[in-house]
Amino acid sequence: MDKGPILEVEKLNIRFNTPVGVVHAVRDVSFTMGREKLAIVGESGSGKSQTGRAILGLTPGKVTAQKLAFHGQTLLDLTPQQWREIRGKRIAMVMQDPKYSLNPVMTIGDQLLEAARGIKEGAAARQHALGMLAAVRIRDPERVYRAWPHELSGGMGQRAMIAMMLMAEPELLIADEPTSALDVTVRLQVLAILDDLVKTRHMGLIFISHDLNLVRTFCDRVLVMYAGQVLERLTASELEQAKHPYTRGLLVCPPEIDHRRARLPVLQRDPSWMEPVQP
Amino acid sequence: MTDWAIAVTPPRWRRWLLAETPHSRLQARLSRAYLSWVAFARNPLAMLGLVIVAVLIFFALFAPWVATHNPLAGDLGNRLMPPGGTHWLGTDQQGRDIWSRIIYGSRTTLLIIFMVAITAAPVGITIGATAGYLGGKTEAVLMRLTDAFLAFPKLVLALAFAAALGPGIENAVLAIALTSWPPYARIARAETLMVRSTDYVAAARLSGASDVRILFGHIMPMCMPSLIVRVSLDMAGVILIAAGLGFLGLGVAPPQPEWGAMVSEGRNQILEQWWVCTYPGVAIFVVSLGFNLIGDGLRDVLDPREG
Amino acid sequence: MIEIENLSISFGHGADQVDAVKNVGFSVAPGESYGLVGESGSGKSTILRALAGLNPFWSGHMAIAGQKLTAERPRALRRLVQMVFQDPFGSLHPKHTVDRILSEPLAIHGFDDVETRVRAALERVGLGPAFRFRYPHQLSGGQRQRVAIARALILEPKVVLLDEPTSALDVSIQAEVLNLLTDLRQQLGLTYVLVSHDLGVVAHMCARLSIMRTGEVVEIASADDLSEGRLLHAYSRQLLIASRGYDTQAIAAFGDF
Repeated sequence: MDKGPILEVEKLNIRFNTPVGVVHAVRDVSFTMGREKLAIVGESGSGKSQTGRAILGLTPGKVTAQKLAFHGQTLLDLTPQQWREIRGKRIAMVMQDPKYSLNPVMTIGDQLLEAARGIKEGAAARQHALGMLAAVRIRDPERVYRAWPHELSGGMGQRAMIAMMLMAEPELLIADEPTSALDVTVRLQVLAILDDLVKTRHMGLIFISHDLNLVRTFCDRVLVMYAGQVLERLTASELEQAKHPYTRGLLVCPPEIDHRRARLPVLQRDPSWMEPVQP
Repeated sequence: MTDWAIAVTPPRWRRWLLAETPHSRLQARLSRAYLSWVAFARNPLAMLGLVIVAVLIFFALFAPWVATHNPLAGDLGNRLMPPGGTHWLGTDQQGRDIWSRIIYGSRTTLLIIFMVAITAAPVGITIGATAGYLGGKTEAVLMRLTDAFLAFPKLVLALAFAAALGPGIENAVLAIALTSWPPYARIARAETLMVRSTDYVAAARLSGASDVRILFGHIMPMCMPSLIVRVSLDMAGVILIAAGLGFLGLGVAPPQPEWGAMVSEGRNQILEQWWVCTYPGVAIFVVSLGFNLIGDGLRDVLDPREG
Repeated sequence: MIEIENLSISFGHGADQVDAVKNVGFSVAPGESYGLVGESGSGKSTILRALAGLNPFWSGHMAIAGQKLTAERPRALRRLVQMVFQDPFGSLHPKHTVDRILSEPLAIHGFDDVETRVRAALERVGLGPAFRFRYPHQLSGGQRQRVAIARALILEPKVVLLDEPTSALDVSIQAEVLNLLTDLRQQLGLTYVLVSHDLGVVAHMCARLSIMRTGEVVEIASADDLSEGRLLHAYSRQLLIASRGYDTQAIAAFGDF
């Protein structure tokens, strides 16, 4: 196994053409990651989701970058054939809501086999699929294998989705708010599964989230995005020492059970946060 | 999306239309309409459809100036003349100028389309939305009635009505309208079922709004986009049915020019004097295509599930 | 202000019958803010919709401001109870301007001085007159929720039902909206019932709360009970642990409820 970085992103830019002009949604985002849990945190419109999608060439916007490389291989200007070799096989993505990402007219088992096509076939693929369902802590893999998506609860559906994404044993998993549609306890169980998989299968995980407090306890490193730029980079354990007022604001504004306040602190947005960040 | 990166500065009238903070209801409405127009105008095929329909309307309005001859006056000495100098598209078996008859025929076509649209669409949306919103027995009765109308082929039903009512443009319109509303009722009902359970309808009920107010003020505006698209796509079908009725002698009374009847009159000479039925046929084809293109363009712009 | 006893709500008939709420009871004093907490399917939103008069299929006793509720609700009583919905994108009519959204309830109830009231309502929720003629799609999520709050308050209700009012918003916007709701309750003497899956939000907004699971109240607690960890039921304790963040050992000990 090579020790180099899994993903290198240098000066990634994404622009959208709209009837009212060009919107520059992601501006000069750069980061490098290895086999770790990297969080991209930001509020809606910060460009965090578009950044994740751009890695898989899935953003509708116009992508430019000085470098966008996966194990040294550039991801800019790939042919559809080359993308098929990467998407779902070497880099996989889990979306927010399993309701929309599972195919309603295929059983879970068929979808798992579909995901492994070209890698494993026949009985071996079926064994692998059942193993994956067990790996995401589904207690009765045989039943879920035969089930239709509508027969599963939200948490179960999201586990099946993760199992599907892992069928091809990808090296990098991009999870875009994978747990925000789930109940709190189920959310943590799904996170525990992701955590395990990263450790045992040596994957890289990009965890895109709006929840700084969740990320603080779950990820290794955090990129804080605002208005399309990375404002601050931190080790998750050092989040308390964040310097940028935006990061600090995000940390203190959610209500806390243990520390109740009459009023919540409100983020004072400074127009200077919009200006280009000096590296 | 964030607005910090908008780079271009448009002229003043566009800035007024694109204002983030409209100062009156009028400005808000116009601004919304303008953005729809910008999206529509980006689609070249839709614009082609619009040009075709605009030309049709122009011809209909200014028929006396665009036509070269009296569309009703025959000249038996000039029967079945091929296209050329004085008669651009030739003459028919009574020596009438085909170009002029097509121009005057556009008035008939446009009138039928307009009358059908303003009768069938409101009937359909009212029946469909009422059925969908009230549910229960009302829905059962209204929708079975709709199904009964849908069970007959449109042209056959229109023929039956036209035969029973007698020929003439009013009766043709009535016959077509009577057969056109059921699909609109179905669409309106389907949209209503979706809208009925939304939070904004719940909020209207909480504010004490009556069923009539919710139906007309909250639900029907949400049914309009898909209905407008469907009506404009159906216009081509209406033209064809009108032409079919005319072809079978149940449309506009002769000698008034009507495209379907013109095709019918020329069918005996289709091999020797091809122009007699070809040109009105081309007119039917082009105008049908125009309405279809507009309908497709509108579908892209007026997606009813827009934000 | 609100009394609920033996409230049961079920959907469907015969074998398909689903009991969404079973024998729930609680009461809320005037000016109090009461919380209903639970995960999806706990029946918390169903109670709120029944209280609002959006679901007539309930049995038991409910009363608001001393008036017993029945399936039919007179317009005057309707006015007293208003609601703010979870999804700010789905609760405003996409084809109505803010102006129309706010003035329509006034017209229905025959209020005079519509112009002044609409302006005052926008002012009260921290939106200037500039927002009056915008369509919902021209507003951010937080601005939409402010409009929804303005609409709920424009009929001068006594009770405001809040159904996950901030769960679709960014945390910084959530703080602004929660502060706004706190201020409005103090200024106008409102009574709130707040439904949320987020213990933090409920602990911040409400002094007392019911913890619900599959249609039943498992525990009635105070916000102090929450912050000091004095919860009796195992399910409530698990919910409390889960809302403190990711912790491998705690998760391994989770039970299935």
